[in-house]
Amino acid sequence: MKKTALNKVHFATGGKMVPFAGFEMPVQFEGVNAEHETVRLKLGVFDVSHMGEIWVEGPHAFDLVQHLTTNDVAALFDGKIQYSCFPNGKGGIVDDLLVYRYNTEKYLLVVNASNIDKDWNWVNDNNSFGAKLTNASDVTSQLAVQGPLALEAMQKLTSTKITDMEYYTFKVIEFAGIKDILFSTTGYTGAGGCEIYFKNEDAEKIYQAVLEAGAEFGIKPIGLAARDTLRLEMGFCLYGNDIDDTTSPIEAGLGWITKFVDGNDFVDRDKMEKIRSNGPTKMLKAFEISDKGVPRHDYEICDASGNTIGKVTSGTMSPMLKKGIGMGYVTSEYGKLGSEIYINIREKLVPAKIVKLPFYKG
Amino acid sequence: MNIPGDLLYTKDHEWIRVDGKNAVVGITEFAQKELGDIVFVDVDTEGESLAAEETFGTIEAVKTVSEMFMPVSGTVDEVNAALADAPETVNKDPYGEGWIIKITITDDSAMQHLLTAEAYKAIIEG
Repeated sequence: MKKTALNKVHFATGGKMVPFAGFEMPVQFEGVNAEHETVRLKLGVFDVSHMGEIWVEGPHAFDLVQHLTTNDVAALFDGKIQYSCFPNGKGGIVDDLLVYRYNTEKYLLVVNASNIDKDWNWVNDNNSFGAKLTNASDVTSQLAVQGPLALEAMQKLTSTKITDMEYYTFKVIEFAGIKDILFSTTGYTGAGGCEIYFKNEDAEKIYQAVLEAGAEFGIKPIGLAARDTLRLEMGFCLYGNDIDDTTSPIEAGLGWITKFVDGNDFVDRDKMEKIRSNGPTKMLKAFEISDKGVPRHDYEICDASGNTIGKVTSGTMSPMLKKGIGMGYVTSEYGKLGSEIYINIREKLVPAKIVKLPFYKG
Repeated sequence: MNIPGDLLYTKDHEWIRVDGKNAVVGITEFAQKELGDIVFVDVDTEGESLAAEETFGTIEAVKTVSEMFMPVSGTVDEVNAALADAPETVNKDPYGEGWIIKITITDDSAMQHLLTAEAYKAIIEG
């Protein structure tokens, strides 16, 4: 089992440690609901060092990234980030990722921990362009500082102005006294904030500095369980649950990162264009339980007569809304806003309604 | 760990407070801690007669779903209605306000299999 550079610190600060994507990670500290609320209302810090980092460099860096990802890399500018995915050659998804553009000859791809090896092989296998590739996952640590007060608190640690940074941009700055820190206004919680990348050897120093700077704002360490409830309240996809090798980005509601523009001849473009023009047969939809009940991964979605029409891909009790919320793939006839569906919870048909994302609107 | 001496326990982490033929059932301090934040208590067996070790309901935390089992055979007389809107009461006060059901014991032969506080403590400290 792999450990992040902050493993000992998590044990010392009361983290409940569990195996996750091959790493020993803190699933919670004081309790998932309290942690969730801390991030929504103030700020919290997550160790997300398990995430993978792949550098793509050289004169053909753009060509490779454009080919491998569905979003339009040409739309990026230096210091800009986009959410994207790797199609797998069969119309499914290898992984979802962030693409950072340093310049036209230098990109950083940030990928899911569970897929690092798969992604690394995929990128190498498709590198007929001859871009220079580096897998920096094992030497790179990452913190996500998320919440409405995150940027204001982190401003204390740098003289570079960060509080006015646009969403999904980055700067390389001196932070907590350490030079060349990658600082981006990203995160997967919908609460605002930033993600900070640095070398493993600086992890403890930066983590302590972040906790100290955030103390007056009420910062707390947050576990992966709250990261999951936070992303689900926004309707963000989790690889392995909502998207995988068999789901199309079009069906997953990721049409907005699938850009059929001139010059973006990505893997599976033809397959995805066909799905878009024919209309997908199933779509990932969001639903809310009408009364009581908690939908969970793999529960059946049914019609009023109990016929199975889909499966829940993610589900939880929303800590902010105090309602059961979830997502799942259903055929288009059941996917309309307001449609009545039923979730089979322990052989009971529990009524639910198709709703718009995000679940939590702040 | 709070394990009151006047209660009896199951290996599945339920407690039972017996008063003649009547009893109150809940889950232990250890169980609520292991589960974490409880978000839903689902008991739809009110009025039913259940045998010892039969499932009387389900308790859901953010990440887990667990069944709850009858410590003895009995009729489920009442479900703690306050938990519908405040399931977290089970976390805060598992032996008090966070009780789950009230039952009438119909057959107390299973009583001999229940654990004393001391025996239960030995199990969880394993």
